[in-house]
Amino acid sequence: MSRIGVAFDKARADGRALLVGCMPAGFPTVEGSIAAMTAMVEAGVDVIEVEIPYSDPVMDGPVIQRASDIALAGGVRTADTMRIIEAVAATGAPVVTMTYWNPVERYGVDVFARDLASAGGTGLITPDLIPDEADEWLAASDAHGLDRTFLVSPSSTDARLAMTVQHCRGFVYATAVMGVTGARARTSDAAPTLVSRARAVTDLPIGVGLGVGTGAQAGTVAGYADGVIVGSALVRCVLDAPTEAEGLAALRTLSAELAEGVRNPTR
Amino acid sequence: MSADALAPVAGPQPDSAGHFGRFGGRFVPEALVAALDELDGAWRTAMTDESFRAEFGALLRDYAGTPSLLYEARRFSAKVGARVLLKREDLNHTGAHKVRNVLGQALLTKRMGKTRVIAETGAGQHGVATATAAALFDLECVVYMGQVDTERQALNVARMRMLGATVVPVTNGSRTLKDAMNEAMRDWVANVDETHYLIGTAAGPHPFPAMVRDFVRGIGDEARQQCLDLTGGLPDAVTACVGGGSNALGIFHAFVGDEAVRLYGFEAGGDGVATGRHAASITGGSAGVLHGTRTFVLQDADGQTLESHSISAGLDYPGVGPEHAWLHDTGRANYLPVTDDEAMAAFELLCRTEGIIPAIESAHALAGTVALAPKLAVELGREPTIVVNLSGRGDKDVHTAGDYFGILDKER
Repeated sequence: MSRIGVAFDKARADGRALLVGCMPAGFPTVEGSIAAMTAMVEAGVDVIEVEIPYSDPVMDGPVIQRASDIALAGGVRTADTMRIIEAVAATGAPVVTMTYWNPVERYGVDVFARDLASAGGTGLITPDLIPDEADEWLAASDAHGLDRTFLVSPSSTDARLAMTVQHCRGFVYATAVMGVTGARARTSDAAPTLVSRARAVTDLPIGVGLGVGTGAQAGTVAGYADGVIVGSALVRCVLDAPTEAEGLAALRTLSAELAEGVRNPTR
Repeated sequence: MSADALAPVAGPQPDSAGHFGRFGGRFVPEALVAALDELDGAWRTAMTDESFRAEFGALLRDYAGTPSLLYEARRFSAKVGARVLLKREDLNHTGAHKVRNVLGQALLTKRMGKTRVIAETGAGQHGVATATAAALFDLECVVYMGQVDTERQALNVARMRMLGATVVPVTNGSRTLKDAMNEAMRDWVANVDETHYLIGTAAGPHPFPAMVRDFVRGIGDEARQQCLDLTGGLPDAVTACVGGGSNALGIFHAFVGDEAVRLYGFEAGGDGVATGRHAASITGGSAGVLHGTRTFVLQDADGQTLESHSISAGLDYPGVGPEHAWLHDTGRANYLPVTDDEAMAAFELLCRTEGIIPAIESAHALAGTVALAPKLAVELGREPTIVVNLSGRGDKDVHTAGDYFGILDKER
């Protein structure tokens, strides 16, 4: 079983959901992103999702897009991401990578998989790669023992849902709303239905993302999902802070609140 | 002719998942797959539906004003050293070939029972065309336009608003066409139930490249027959400008099976491909994934999209339709860059010899033709016949051209 799978099992045994926290690599700087991700782990985030910044992130809302732009303007390279993953993996927390497809293809799919595995990454979340187009990634992830997390959506048909989870390894990412990343005032009504539809066709753990930003919302999602994935709300802590120290402090506070949330599932 | 603009022809087709060789396909969030499948189904059904074809044909004829003329440009020909036939898409309603695509997609939108269309636009031409069709079909219309472009093209912003569209300035990223496209995608993911994304060129995820090509294919079907009628034979070459590439595919498609007809796509070379300031995705880019499709892309060593540069806003895009990438791979069509200066020289030449002000986009096709003609004459040992797609009119470009030539009166 993959390291992510082990982490999900452990959380499940503890009667709680797993907390996945996302941060773009190189935001605000390479060292700054390592500090941010380390602070998240220390404050109770179970799994770090490192997003490779991309110039055209169509699944991301304004917060992550701004953070990605800052990272790219700072000159972060894909090779730096590997270094960041290595540093964060050294904390002991599993590290999963989220990336749009073009940077992987440009790096070379097999070489990317090899380097990600040797950096200690567990696998990839691919927001714009569907299994239909993923032959090269399926082969490379098999060859290098990496997990594959494809997205399922409220608009996925039953047939596509079954096909997509069949190609997943590690965990499944259920997008809670029809839309892009970004914290929302209300969590989704569509997500519980989607999760139960996915459960009907897979035994893999299911993480829910898009729109979760508070401890209470994390508790709600923990009531029906195996993992709670938070991105924009965490990124905003760093984005909005006047100094790096204040950003890290805000990040620790929110991480702890979310960690508390996933331990108090609302059922 | 236009009454059956969708009649099947034996041109090249992608596989059922929209792959043109190693290009095309779907690189999109799962959330959009259902909508793309729905669109694919609606399009395929419409293609074989007599009533859809009749309605589309009638609109093209009675509303858009097609078939457009194939005009023998004698004075231009004499300067160029070739028999140049201009496919006058500039005379269509809204002033470009784009009206064919928006009418087709607007009709499909109605058939799918959707009530809202969104579009991206660079210079504003596709936005104006979409707003036009939305007004005609009583659809809500939202157009995403980079903030840089809304400032550069204030007149087109006013046009869209006059037609009842909402124009949203996009302030993300480079604040130009590619960012407008990202924003339209985000809107679509969030509102896909009632919204159709009316993509303006033969790019994007399947089925857009093949579908858009089919809606504009009448250009080539008409031109091929008109050329036969006028000259008694096929042309030696067909030329067009290539940004996303819909006008070029529209005119190429009917000729792809005619092996003796050379196909030339002229990309925006900007300041010159060697300077890095250009929009020539095929000649100056590399294979990659952008906006839902695998194609040639302007990108850096890490796969980050590079900003494109062209004097022509309509060609200023860092990607190209996947069918062009494939036609390039197979060698069936030739792609060459044309610099801003070359395009503007040809722009001036057409103005002065024929009394036709072309779109700066189309001036790239004219400039490429000027360079091609003597080579082709040597190769053939006679004067070549060249059909040029004059894809749009230049009214929108008068300010840019006035600036370029320094003929605007200084402010008093």
